[in-house]
Amino acid sequence: MNAIFHLPQRIFRFYADGFRSMTIGRKLWTIIIIKLVVIFGILKLFFFPDLLASRYDNDRDRAEAVREALTARSDGAAAAKVTATVNK
Amino acid sequence: MDELINVVDWSRWQFALTAIVHWLFVPLTIGLSLIIGIMETVYYRTRDDKWRRITKFWMTLFGINFACGVATGLILEFEFGTNWSNYSWFVGDIFGAPLAIEGIVAFFLESTFIAVMFFGWKRVSPGFHLAATWLTAIGVALSALWILVANAWMQYPAGMEFDPDQMRNVMVSFKDVVFSPVAINKFFHTVLSGWVLGAVFVVGVSCWLLLRKHNRDFALRSIKVAGGVGLAGILLTMWTGDGSAVEVARHQPMKLAAMEGLYAGSEGQSLVAFGIVNPDKKPLDDNQALYAEISIPKGLSFLANHDFNSFVPGIDDIIRGYAVNEAGDTIYKDVSVADRIMMGREAQQGLRDYGVAKAAGDSAAMARALKAVDDNFRYFGYGYLSAPEDAVPPVAVSFYSFRVMVMAGGYLLLFFLVVAFASWRKKVNLLDNKWFCLLGLLTIPVVWICSEAGWVLAEVGRQPWTIEGLLPVNAAVSSISAGSVQTTFWVFVVIFTGLLAAEVSIMVRQIRRKAEVDILAQPEK
Repeated sequence: MNAIFHLPQRIFRFYADGFRSMTIGRKLWTIIIIKLVVIFGILKLFFFPDLLASRYDNDRDRAEAVREALTARSDGAAAAKVTATVNK
Repeated sequence: MDELINVVDWSRWQFALTAIVHWLFVPLTIGLSLIIGIMETVYYRTRDDKWRRITKFWMTLFGINFACGVATGLILEFEFGTNWSNYSWFVGDIFGAPLAIEGIVAFFLESTFIAVMFFGWKRVSPGFHLAATWLTAIGVALSALWILVANAWMQYPAGMEFDPDQMRNVMVSFKDVVFSPVAINKFFHTVLSGWVLGAVFVVGVSCWLLLRKHNRDFALRSIKVAGGVGLAGILLTMWTGDGSAVEVARHQPMKLAAMEGLYAGSEGQSLVAFGIVNPDKKPLDDNQALYAEISIPKGLSFLANHDFNSFVPGIDDIIRGYAVNEAGDTIYKDVSVADRIMMGREAQQGLRDYGVAKAAGDSAAMARALKAVDDNFRYFGYGYLSAPEDAVPPVAVSFYSFRVMVMAGGYLLLFFLVVAFASWRKKVNLLDNKWFCLLGLLTIPVVWICSEAGWVLAEVGRQPWTIEGLLPVNAAVSSISAGSVQTTFWVFVVIFTGLLAAEVSIMVRQIRRKAEVDILAQPEK
């Protein structure tokens, strides 16, 4: 019972001691943290929105948008129209 | 229309760049995790402390690679949502389910046990530590499984039904998606090729240590393990590669024809060992396809169908939908690409009509439209092609990438035969030969080129499709501006170059630092 009670503390100590005793690992963690900040804090936030999720409120509207996009692109004139809309 | 083509091209380049860089890290993680597992097992069984030190050295390099490579794959998922939103919606839960499983199960499994691997040497029992090392290796392979299942589904869509109300494919058989023959082959071929890559890396770095006349015992023990893994890996990779060729012949005959530069197929079709692709050759014209061709008689028939006399269709045969031999017999019959285009357009018209009928609440018209969709859905994507030639992938890239992969693979087989022989026969002093060690070091870039060439073939060879027969790239791409994709493309170039430079420099510094001391005798902190 006592061992189970102390389990979270032991796990925390395991990681904390591990990180403290790292040598090259510190440099690697710095790389990982910088990378994750760039990926999630900059790229995802400013450059890679989930297009359908951000432009439409619900799945029905998203499905209709995809239907329109997929059926319009099957002929040249409609595809040009879609592209012209994008360029506005 | 030009803007759409630009968006498609830049989105393709961006995806290709991200995938290629991601794949620089992944196979090394797969290969090293297995080799580390074997080394630690030897330590566990013998309790020879030298094996523990050897394991720890390669584990450090594994950690560097893992740190630099982790999360680069996430960028691919961002690109799906932004650049390929039509595709992302259209694939529905089929793509989402394997990727979610990968994220939840495999990633957490490997992340948890990696911590035990690195922090647990003095904190957990040797048996528990060994289990953690193997569970990390299993986690790495499981990650690859789910990603490859998703990729295989794009090459051979199975186990799904299209729902015109949701405008997406719905999984009806998880088993058919996960255990499709293409997925199984792709998984084993890819993971086994990772073993080969990891083994070459270990042999190459060890050869460098031998060249420096440092840590001879360490290097020879490492080569012994990696030589065995590499030889087993390359033999099994070739075997599964044969299985992949059979699956490509069955499900993607156009890809097979493109990778052979084959326009007019025949019975007992030869395999091109060497050739130069004629850049002016177009489908259905009379130009010569290859210059300076050297062929292996009946080789392609055997490779594709395990039958020396079987018929293998060429690009022109597939476009026409039939082939006739010299005796006038029809030896191949399928739906022509022109007919597929017509059927694809009928499916798309059906979908259009279904939308209109649904809005009007006309259930009879909805049923008629749905029948048109169902009857022709198999060729849905062909409706986006403006001419039958659009169904042909880039022949030169497919042809050369296949040959680069096969030739490098053949070289790696010879390399590992020699390495295994040299490391297990103690009388042979080949590993003390500086030219052989130099060769071992120079083989490191060869294996990466081989591995990347395999992916180039797999992905370029399936063009113009994102999902074979159902969705070409020009329909899958989002309605976004080419400028925004160009911007992020160059941002990625900078980030990825920085990451690679960081990985290579940290790794080289780490190896050099260790090489200056006796790894097997150095006091530990």
